[in-house]
Amino acid sequence: MELAASSPAIEFRDVAYHVAGTQVLSQFNLQVQSGETLVLLGRSGSGKTTSLKLVNRLLSPTSGDVRVKGVSNSEADVIRLRRSIGYVIQDVGLFPHFTVERNIGLVPKIEGWADDRIRARVQELLQTVGLAADTASRYPHQLSGGQRQRVGVARALAADPAILLMDEPFGALDPLTRDELQREFLLLQQRLHKTVVFVTHDLREALRLGTRIALMEAGRLVTVLSPVEFLRSTDSLAAAYVRAFGEGLESAANRGTS
Amino acid sequence: MNVFRFMLQNRGQVLELTFEHLRLVGFSTLFAMLIGIPLGIAIAHRPRFNRPVLASANIIQTIPSLALFGFLLPVPWLGERSDRLAILALTLYALLPIIRNTYTGIRGVDPAVVEAGRGMGLTESQLLFQVELPLAVSVILSGVRVAVVISVGLATIAAAIGAGGLGEFIFRGLAMVDDRVILAGAIPAAILALVADFGVGWLERRL
Repeated sequence: MELAASSPAIEFRDVAYHVAGTQVLSQFNLQVQSGETLVLLGRSGSGKTTSLKLVNRLLSPTSGDVRVKGVSNSEADVIRLRRSIGYVIQDVGLFPHFTVERNIGLVPKIEGWADDRIRARVQELLQTVGLAADTASRYPHQLSGGQRQRVGVARALAADPAILLMDEPFGALDPLTRDELQREFLLLQQRLHKTVVFVTHDLREALRLGTRIALMEAGRLVTVLSPVEFLRSTDSLAAAYVRAFGEGLESAANRGTS
Repeated sequence: MNVFRFMLQNRGQVLELTFEHLRLVGFSTLFAMLIGIPLGIAIAHRPRFNRPVLASANIIQTIPSLALFGFLLPVPWLGERSDRLAILALTLYALLPIIRNTYTGIRGVDPAVVEAGRGMGLTESQLLFQVELPLAVSVILSGVRVAVVISVGLATIAAAIGAGGLGEFIFRGLAMVDDRVILAGAIPAAILALVADFGVGWLERRL
């Protein structure tokens, strides 16, 4: 991990983002190490999603620099950059007119993979995310919410990106399905060791999945803590979160099982 | 049924005028699609321009058709051949439903789908051709359908400037005060409109 620490997978340097005169993000400095799951925690409007979109350049910073694998985003080819980063959003955004197979295989296809290689990759990914092989021929509207988000994750993993951006991916799911997907996410992460930036407003989810938690408020980074540190933090906002989520958080904290 | 006997007796001319009519409608719809669909896509992606473009198309729609045919008569090259002129006028009328529906169709694509596509690294043209257009196609086609039906009706007026089509019978019948002749133009025109409506509707469901 020493080597990884010297060149972070993602780095925000003095990043500010303004839109129509409003400061959405300011003085944002953060490093995400490769292989870790960094959770951005905060309430709505705190700048979590904006930070995430700066990584794959769906947004460009007003000032400052976002670097991915040591290269400034402003110098990178935006299409190449995005194809090297998996992106999962709450509304999933599966293409409704494509089968599951075409949804998952889209980036490999436009990257010019051979058809049989794509088919094999799709089957491999369906298995990875816990879906039956025959799901491949179905359409998104024929799937449940949980299945759809599994396809969303499989699609993000299709071209084997080193980085995964997840914007409240389990936020719209029922509690049981969410619990299932969180557990599978941990198992998956033990195997794949992706660099993950995970946005949520759910402290329980943050504690469970994150190796570190970056707490955000009103466009600023308040503090970055490990789950265990978070629970003992004297920071007023962190303490407020812990109080709001109540009892039983101790057992949820990710203690680095891998 | 005098009308049908009349049509049967003049079936050669009925057929000829029907084909002329189809030609006017076909070319004008084609041109309107070639202009209207790209324009609709452009204003869907640049919302700043949607008001001026839709307003212009709206204004064109409000010009009485006979007046528009008249206005265009002195235009060089176009005025020389009345069918060119009729095709241009019909194209202008067909623009509004096609632009508006293309705009609505593209804007109606779930933003999450577009964001996911862009985030995955689709280029803007891949996004357009693989995601936005396929998802908007039925709305766009229903605009084309409206345009075709309007054009079939309007094209009858093209006969007033000598562009031919089924309007020939209608105007001739009006001059002769002979219902049979009027209906010999009106009935095939109505059938054309229905067939076109049904045909594009069928295509719409298939896609």
